Amino acid sequence: MKEELTTHLGDRLAAVTEACGELTITVLPEQLLAVARQLRDQEAFAFTFLADLTGVDCAAGAFEAVYHLLSMKHRSRVRIKVRIDRGTELPSVAGIWPAANWYEREAYDLLGITFAGHPDLKRILTPDGFSGHPLRKEYPLRGEK
Amino acid sequence: MASPIAAATAGSEHLILNMGPQHPSTHGVLRVILELDGEVIVNAEPVIGHLHRGVEKLAEHMTYNQVIPLMDRLDYCSPLINNLGYVLAVEKLLGIEIPERAVALRVLLSELTRIQSHLIWLGTHALDIGAMSPLLYMFREREEILDMYEEVWGARMHLAYFRVGGVAADVPKSFLVRARKFLSGFYEKVDMYEALLTENPIWKRRTQGVGIISGDDAIALGLSGPGLRASGIDWDLRKHLPYSGYDRYEFEVPRGTRGDVYDRYLVRVAEMRQATRISQQALEGLPGGPVLAAAPRVVPPEKERVLTTIEGLIHHFKIMMEGYSVPEGEVYAAVESPRGELGFYIRSDGGPKPYRLKVRTPSFANLESLCTMAKGQMIADMVAIIGSIDIVLGEVDR
Amino acid sequence: MGIEEYLGNTVLTTTLDKVVNWARKSSIWPATFGLACCAIEMMATAASRYDIARFGSEVFRASPRQADLLIVAGTVTQKMAPIVKLIYDQMPNPKWVIAMGACAASGGMFKSYAVVQGVDELFPVDVYIPGCPPRPEALLWGIIKLQEKIERETIRGTTL
Repeated sequence: MKEELTTHLGDRLAAVTEACGELTITVLPEQLLAVARQLRDQEAFAFTFLADLTGVDCAAGAFEAVYHLLSMKHRSRVRIKVRIDRGTELPSVAGIWPAANWYEREAYDLLGITFAGHPDLKRILTPDGFSGHPLRKEYPLRGEK
Repeated sequence: MASPIAAATAGSEHLILNMGPQHPSTHGVLRVILELDGEVIVNAEPVIGHLHRGVEKLAEHMTYNQVIPLMDRLDYCSPLINNLGYVLAVEKLLGIEIPERAVALRVLLSELTRIQSHLIWLGTHALDIGAMSPLLYMFREREEILDMYEEVWGARMHLAYFRVGGVAADVPKSFLVRARKFLSGFYEKVDMYEALLTENPIWKRRTQGVGIISGDDAIALGLSGPGLRASGIDWDLRKHLPYSGYDRYEFEVPRGTRGDVYDRYLVRVAEMRQATRISQQALEGLPGGPVLAAAPRVVPPEKERVLTTIEGLIHHFKIMMEGYSVPEGEVYAAVESPRGELGFYIRSDGGPKPYRLKVRTPSFANLESLCTMAKGQMIADMVAIIGSIDIVLGEVDR
Repeated sequence: MGIEEYLGNTVLTTTLDKVVNWARKSSIWPATFGLACCAIEMMATAASRYDIARFGSEVFRASPRQADLLIVAGTVTQKMAPIVKLIYDQMPNPKWVIAMGACAASGGMFKSYAVVQGVDELFPVDVYIPGCPPRPEALLWGIIKLQEKIERETIRGTTL
């Protein structure tokens, strides 16, 4: 799979790494949608299943959006990472994998990452009227009160 | 002359009906906002978060071992399987090999957990639909499994028995005897459940053709587990991306054809049989040897050494109080829980606590397909549809 | 009922207390209110082996308006707190509350931004049952303790 990725996606990828038996590709935000579509549609990949979509607070004012894809056809997984600054919007992949809808809402709720083009980006887990993004590193564990 | 009511209700608006979060059939604190056109469901929007406990944030403040009991309480119907997924992820990051006996014990107990989880599911699902007796029979069998858990590690539900490096301690022989007896008699019990439900005309009428989802929709929406297989998709992590020695056992992956509530029921019942089959193989082929890896940085010494030697005491103390450092990196380990793909994404910064822990829970993703399954169905079928997805709110909300 | 104002603390009212308390404690009908893992143990308590019906809880009522007892079984989150309070308020008197499990009693192992640290922050609790989750026998013990508490109550000063 690693060869397929470098062959077909080559210049679109910022990096391809392998660790603990897992493949990770790093992509720039501008390339995300195109890469995602290709990974889903191209037969060599067939990553039709979005297993997970989450965010990580990398500190130093940066977030990383992490996508985990599964190809049932090729029995393989790949991880996509996209690094953005806080406040930068990422394109939504809900149009490519409808499963992304709730995952992006959760990333918005808990971290504050906004996704452009999401059908209904609102909080999902925290109570109504909640302010703040709990998974950010500066948010206190016991809450802000 | 048209009746006044007919005139008043002609072209009437849709009704918004709130279901839950306190409701006998939502299987926990789930709220569903229904948009109804008369009795027909036009839209069903789940509102979740009522059991959001901040588990992922809590995990960032706990050592890797301390997180284990926290994971048990996510999918509280199959605690040991959460346990398994998490320790597999940490072991992957650490790069340690698990002894064969521990691997087989993990499979044995995981499959017993699968049976136990499906028993809870079927008992409550049948109760929701109106069949009251199956619950009592199924809980009777479940109690036997809980007795076995108690024999192994002292707790009925949240065992935290699988540890990083193996399992906490070896199982007593009496447990193996009990397990053998239970498993050999369980096929008949499943036959009995089927005798109550499978050909029952009321059951069929309530579940066939209800809540259909196609295989393609299921994949697009991230539906996994029995729900996905009931729609005809052949995908089971134990078979297709095996972990923890599952590739050594013979078992089938039951599939449905139509993707309705009835098919999801048939798939899970068949899975109970297959789980029994796997457990029996794991039991009969249980190898000897240690149950914890020889990884002194991570695995505490035996209790006797801890209690009688100063080195053992210090070693134990260090691991419990400070934790152990996990190499920098990230990992995603997934297991097939009774509800689908349960994945653990851990990012480590080299310290003793996870930098980020994301739990990819099947119920969160599975619940997204509720709207697709419910559209066009009658309100009276809502309960059957929610039940058939088999959600556990603890893992939906985390 | 006002009777005791005329008759004072006589045998009549103490006997009445005994009868009323006996009736109440022997037929406590809980509301179906499972929140998390403790709910599964609550179901196990209602199933055949532990059989809560022996203690009077023949049925679990879905509507809080028809229930006597609120067994808060599981973690009360900030999002759920107003709803729990609403359920409690809807229950008619006499009503009792059992905080089942560590989470209901004190927030349990979830000392985070999202969890109410004990349901007694919302309304008074009669019996606390420790455990994570408590065994069905522990829940039954809690019910028995509640019954003992009910025995000690009096109808004097209440309106019925």
